[in-house]
Amino acid sequence: MSYSSLTQIQTDIASGKLSVKQLVEGYLGRIDQNKNLNVFLEVFAQEALQKAIEVDNKLKSGKAGKLAGMVIGLKDNLCYKDHKVSASSKILEGFTSLYSATVVERLLKEDAIIIGRCNCDEFAMGSSNENSAFGNVLNPLDHTRVPGGSSGGAAAAVAADLCLATLGTDTGGSIRQPASLCGVVGLKPTYGRVSRYGAVAYASSFDQIGPITKNIEDAALIMEVMSGMDEYDSTLSTKPVPVYSKELRQDVSKIKVAYLKDCLEKDGLDPEIKKRTTEIIDKLKKAGHSVEPVEFPFLDYLVPVYYVLTTAEASSNLARYQGLNYGYRSKNATDMDSTFRKSRSEGFGKEVQRRIMLGTFVLSAGYYDAYYSKGQKVRRFLQNKTQEILNTCDFILLPATPGTAFKFGENTADPIKMYLEDIFTVQANITGMPAISLPMGKHSNGLPFGLQLIGRKFEESKMFAFSNYLLNKF
Amino acid sequence: MKIDHATVDKLADLAKLEFDKEGKEAIVKDLNRILTFIDKLNELDTTNVEPLIYMSDEVNILREDEVKHDITQDEALKNSPKHDSDYFKMPKVIDK
Repeated sequence: MSYSSLTQIQTDIASGKLSVKQLVEGYLGRIDQNKNLNVFLEVFAQEALQKAIEVDNKLKSGKAGKLAGMVIGLKDNLCYKDHKVSASSKILEGFTSLYSATVVERLLKEDAIIIGRCNCDEFAMGSSNENSAFGNVLNPLDHTRVPGGSSGGAAAAVAADLCLATLGTDTGGSIRQPASLCGVVGLKPTYGRVSRYGAVAYASSFDQIGPITKNIEDAALIMEVMSGMDEYDSTLSTKPVPVYSKELRQDVSKIKVAYLKDCLEKDGLDPEIKKRTTEIIDKLKKAGHSVEPVEFPFLDYLVPVYYVLTTAEASSNLARYQGLNYGYRSKNATDMDSTFRKSRSEGFGKEVQRRIMLGTFVLSAGYYDAYYSKGQKVRRFLQNKTQEILNTCDFILLPATPGTAFKFGENTADPIKMYLEDIFTVQANITGMPAISLPMGKHSNGLPFGLQLIGRKFEESKMFAFSNYLLNKF
Repeated sequence: MKIDHATVDKLADLAKLEFDKEGKEAIVKDLNRILTFIDKLNELDTTNVEPLIYMSDEVNILREDEVKHDITQDEALKNSPKHDSDYFKMPKVIDK
């Protein structure tokens, strides 16, 4: 049994070939067989089965929600009431959520079943899942390689067919980069489209929750259910949420695309990924689309500005972990101050501490203007430049990652090398624009890679339609 | 800008972290490497560019200021590493 879309599942349920209970049992069996991948930190087996029986009954009485039959995994930084959440950090080991993230509530209301929580980089900081306090996740396509990160477990879960879809979070590429490395679809929505309430905060002006799926239709369905206004997140847009799944077949023949010459010329871009991108550009032209090269000589500023601003936000957001109200408290502490210091130093991993230190530095007296304010200005500058490109076209087409999945340990010695994994993905987070990674490449080394679209703010509907077209025709 | 041991001590104090000798060496090295990397931003002329502070294009999303109790006291205490029925428990703050 293997299903590649919710439609397929719902068709089999409607014809009596499948029950939701059987479906969940199937996934639980596969999760059990693939334990070595270390994808799930916890599986909610009994509960998922119980819920499956409820959904089966609802389906019989015609009262089921639109996600009936969708089995979902959550990245371990999304809260689900009365369930553990740890952000793959020792500092939150044993912590139980007091409430559910808005996205989780909305999915449950439409009868999605949550099957477990997926391993990730600690506090979503990383590009290989090697920063988890609970061990590496193996790339299901090659066990000697990383699945990408930070939503590494979530992308691997979909690629290994351990559930139909997962939710991840994307601060600099954390949905799209692992989606690229695992050969699945990953979307980072427009900033302000999806409520962040109940997502463990990393860098609040960058973070967005998004779906990881096997196809566009499922991503569209999940997005139409979880997007839109929420009284618990005032950064959300008041713009109405389209019924994305109904707009997938809109006319895309007039869509204009731009590509960044600077991206294709970038050192370190795998030649086969470059070749495939060029090939798609040519095919689009042949199909009658306007595809224009544009200059964007600012790639080398993207990752640095990302690190200035996200670490600043992280150092503030992570100040809440101090061993007092919840989470890990050091046994070696003797007074208030050492409770804070020792709990944090023993509880946080190396990369998290590194980013807190950098963030503290860029916010500290004497350096704030030179680094943090400068970073905010560069952010505006890059947003303007990106918007200028999108004023002349609908999408920017670029690779999602410079290479395919790399080996464990390959990028861990030098933090900068690891940070450059995100070179093509951070632009969307810096500018707030939506972006999607599409599994459209297969390398001669056997591994997949993603191609990426960056679109105008709140134009996910068009992005889904065009992505669908690309996946089906190219 | 060069980060030395004294800067790291000061930052660790602000961030409520502590490093052993080896850890400190590593963080000094890493921070300097990262700072060199982000110094790249100085090449970009941002005179007359306003800092980007809010990502949302909308202004003043307001709600009624109503008192709500989303969680109970028991729930609030539940995840604490040390607590009694009413309070979080901490080591003594003032030693007298």
